[in-house]
Amino acid sequence: MADFWKRFCRNRGAVIGITILAVVVLVAVLAPLVFPQSPWRMVQRPFLPPFSMEQYPLGTDALGRNVMSGLAYGAQVSLLVGLVSTVAALLIGIPIGALAGYFGGWIDDALMRFTEFFQTVPSFALAIVLVAIFEPSIQSIIAAIAIVSWPPVARLVRGEVLSLRSREYIEAAILSGQTSAAIILRQVLPNTLSPIIVLASLMVATAILLESSLSFLGLGDPNMMSWGYMIGAARTVIRQAWWLSFFPGVAILLTVLALNLIGEGLNDALNPRLARRGK
Amino acid sequence: MREPVLRIKNLKIALPAGADRDFAVDEVSYDLYPGEILCIVGESGSGKSMSANAAMGLLPDLVRPVAGEILFDGKDILKLTEDEMMDLRGRRIAMIFQEPMSALNPLMRVEDQIAEVFEAHDLLTPRDRRRRAIELLTEVGIPDPEKAARAYPFQLSGGQRQRVMIAMALALEPKILIADEPTTALDVTTQAQILELIRDLQERHGMAVMFITHDFGVVAEIADRVAVMQYGKIVETGTADEVLDHPQHPYTQKLIAAIPKLAAGAAPEEPARKAPILEVEGLNKTYVTGGGLLFSKPRVVHAVNDVSLSLAEGETLGIVGESGSGKSSVGRCLVRLMDPDSGTVKLAGQDMAHLSGEALREARKSIQMIFQDPYASLNPRAKVGRIIAEGPMAHGVPRAEAYSRAVKLLDLVDLDALAIDRYPHEFSGGQRQRIGIARALALEPRVIIADEAVSALDVSIQAQVLDLLAELKDRLNLALIFITHDLRVAAQICDRIAVMQKGRIVEMGPARAIFDNPQNAYTRTLIEAIPGREKELAAAG
Amino acid sequence: MLRFILMRLGKAAVILIAIMTLNFFLIHAAPGDPAAVMAGEAGAADAKFIAQLREQFGLDKPLLTQLGIYLKGVLQFDLGFSYRQQMPVAQLILDRLPATLLLTMTAFVISLVLGTFAGVLASARVGKWSDTAISSLALLFYATPLYWAALMAVLVFSVYFNWLPGFGYETVGANHTGLARLLDIGRHLILPATTLGLFFMAVYMRMTRASMLEVSQLDFVKTARAKGLKRSIIQRRHIFRNAMLPVVTLAGLQAGQLVGGAVLTETVFAWPGIGRLMFEALAQRDYNLLLGVFFVSAAMVLLFNLITDILYRFVDPRIRVA
Repeated sequence: MADFWKRFCRNRGAVIGITILAVVVLVAVLAPLVFPQSPWRMVQRPFLPPFSMEQYPLGTDALGRNVMSGLAYGAQVSLLVGLVSTVAALLIGIPIGALAGYFGGWIDDALMRFTEFFQTVPSFALAIVLVAIFEPSIQSIIAAIAIVSWPPVARLVRGEVLSLRSREYIEAAILSGQTSAAIILRQVLPNTLSPIIVLASLMVATAILLESSLSFLGLGDPNMMSWGYMIGAARTVIRQAWWLSFFPGVAILLTVLALNLIGEGLNDALNPRLARRGK
Repeated sequence: MREPVLRIKNLKIALPAGADRDFAVDEVSYDLYPGEILCIVGESGSGKSMSANAAMGLLPDLVRPVAGEILFDGKDILKLTEDEMMDLRGRRIAMIFQEPMSALNPLMRVEDQIAEVFEAHDLLTPRDRRRRAIELLTEVGIPDPEKAARAYPFQLSGGQRQRVMIAMALALEPKILIADEPTTALDVTTQAQILELIRDLQERHGMAVMFITHDFGVVAEIADRVAVMQYGKIVETGTADEVLDHPQHPYTQKLIAAIPKLAAGAAPEEPARKAPILEVEGLNKTYVTGGGLLFSKPRVVHAVNDVSLSLAEGETLGIVGESGSGKSSVGRCLVRLMDPDSGTVKLAGQDMAHLSGEALREARKSIQMIFQDPYASLNPRAKVGRIIAEGPMAHGVPRAEAYSRAVKLLDLVDLDALAIDRYPHEFSGGQRQRIGIARALALEPRVIIADEAVSALDVSIQAQVLDLLAELKDRLNLALIFITHDLRVAAQICDRIAVMQKGRIVEMGPARAIFDNPQNAYTRTLIEAIPGREKELAAAG
Repeated sequence: MLRFILMRLGKAAVILIAIMTLNFFLIHAAPGDPAAVMAGEAGAADAKFIAQLREQFGLDKPLLTQLGIYLKGVLQFDLGFSYRQQMPVAQLILDRLPATLLLTMTAFVISLVLGTFAGVLASARVGKWSDTAISSLALLFYATPLYWAALMAVLVFSVYFNWLPGFGYETVGANHTGLARLLDIGRHLILPATTLGLFFMAVYMRMTRASMLEVSQLDFVKTARAKGLKRSIIQRRHIFRNAMLPVVTLAGLQAGQLVGGAVLTETVFAWPGIGRLMFEALAQRDYNLLLGVFFVSAAMVLLFNLITDILYRFVDPRIRVA
């Protein structure tokens, strides 16, 4: 573990990423304390430019709402959706991939056709359709994102399990009389963990982008202030008020960037392939 | 003697920081003379291929020469510019590698890859390059060279690909050919052919050949002179006869002593056989590959074709054959890692081939397996104790008892009891194989199937593991099926041998009889191809 | 080859039918009675009209029969009727399809060409500052929301500098013809296509770079060096060709995202394609139209996949011959 941290911290990008993410998490947690008022409330005249009033450093939007407060509450939505939908996608993808890879044969065929179908369908378009039909809400958004993002997990896990399955220590476990369930849980899955962790960190990033895109199109949860919604609402007034779309966009970019950097750091730290060479 | 074509003087090659030693090659000096084959021999990690790679300017990225010189044509290769080096490579010094499967570009036709050698040195017209490519393929003895020229690498066999590599190396009549373990990945009969080809071409073209290998059998077949390396240093040099027959350095002596001797083996007369513990009758297994749902026609491979054999208590039966002979499939069918299509596998009277579920789980306790790859056969995330105790625990042995038994087993395979709290990566290849043996013994089996169990080990480690297996077999009254491609190993450890080819057992009998008086033509080819055999027979008188 | 294409077309047909079925059930899952929804869309929610609709669309029949009717309709390219726009969905989509094809194809070519080029460049200078610069830029593009990049591009290049148009498909009222019209469309295309391609450029760049570095470690590259070949030839002939295999596969998979991304880009730039149509359908809760666009975009993805599969067979003899 200490070894892992050392390797992780050797990657400068990963450290930057962790720092940014820590700030975003902090902002999300502290939002209700710093901005006790609802981010939907009008607090000042509309279109107050940034840096003109100390109390509202990022200005106000077309309805006079505090942009700063919106950003803080938006962090909550982004992190929540990113995290929960990724967990949901893992819960769908890992069992499907593990079963397909371990049992092979017709089970594999059937599950992979199913996965392929979801991978072929344009994922963003499907997410739009799902959220639109089931009415935009935080639950439908999370469900839609999970539904469109599990196929890569299933494929990754299947591939890993498939290659592990023919590994000799799995065969030894079969011969020693362990049950299939015990072998999958104790021998196979722990060894697929590192690539899953790396993929998961990248999936959180993608999920945040997806949520913001849905909200941008007006498919966000109507009760929750999100970054995508802020940009979507500011789209038509971009010529008058650039800051309304600029700041939320930077917030998304930094958060997603941070997660990607962390993913790369994890990848380097968990797969120290360089160590095994040189005859 | 004549002037050497290549002189290596006090060469030092540094390894990156953190490696197990500072120098891959330390103060190494040797000469290569025209028209000779010099073998550089050593076990893995000895640095045997480093100096040759340095002569080609093809060292891995993090490794670099720090002292000494490599003189060729009066110039120090280490001081040449990249352009001068490029002119040298392929034209003056050529090289062939270990893995013929991956050494050719999968996306290019063979003729284009050969023609590239001429192109690289601005020689000939494209049409002449093609013509020469076919001539070269003819010279290296590829059947139907015209067709092979148009083929992609994946359409050729391993031996054919190695011939293509040799054709490429010969293209510009280099003065030196460097061969880096060129036959290690090949079957024994193919190896014999390639060795003969290299010898033949070397004589015909008067090249100097630097041949890197770990196999003293190969050395005996091909070498004029030998240099033995250990830990980056040359410990002994001399003519092939000097080194093989009268090794001076203790390390060389140890290595040569560790080679399984063909003449060793079991007693000439067959001992009285005990009652059979395992009886296999009419075993069949076919694979169907390709063949989608709709159009393409499937390919059927008869991996195990009507195999019958029996194994007596306390006996060691060798199953030998080349890759694709079906020897591993037989082993896997016996333990039901693979389901046979038909046939019976009677283990102490019970038919294993038709068991399933709980009954199969129970029956498998009596038949266990030792695997080939000491790295892939142990779960990297499990401690050694768990690896050994898991089997008994799955069969209901309480945890404490299973672990205390694991400690005893570790002692049995000559490992320290402290090992139970350590992870597999903390052990060497030989030690890992011992852990694998302890795991197989944990369920107190009566039959053990060892699938290429020593093939991945260096020869000195291999000897130790073979000794251990023989000792355990006697102490625990085990019956052993030893699957191997290496006839020397089979000769040393087996009482009886079954020779397999294309899924069938073509000959089976007492080990001595098989080696001294093979009845089947294929068995004869196989035995004659054993590297170093003639020399050994001559020495034995 | 023909057999391969036929097989792939068969597979695509199966997937399309599956999508239609999914669509059908989604319509039924939509809140409210489909007839009431349709009536609502038509702006006449009285009971008589609803009953009439029920009969017209066979909504009083069993679900499976309805599915059959629906599938038959789609096979005849009848994607239903948009009551909001008072036009058949298929007609609406057909009108808008060329603009989307132009946009996505352009973005695809831009991202693939620039992405692989940058990837090759970075891999050749691995560890140097130019590699760091290219890789950092790719990381940035990879994290940038598509629609935000589009908005910022409008802000900078069209509002601030006024260099390029940031709105529409061609200049309204200019009535250009011939070459002048093409140039005008081209100028309008630059910003949408570039911003749509940005993310994918980053994806291809990263993939190309990683793949080039991996292939350059393989044995046959050492063989090529042992022949005395020039570094540039080894790069191009041995490393690049092999490294492109996974990139081509990825490009096929990513094509689907490109069609999805078009919804965002077309919304920002008011580009009159099916993405914009989807946005309009969303705003008006026009479910028939929404699902119709979804269906067509899935069909487009299948087409992209087929093209890359064929391309792959040209590059890799192991698949072509075996």
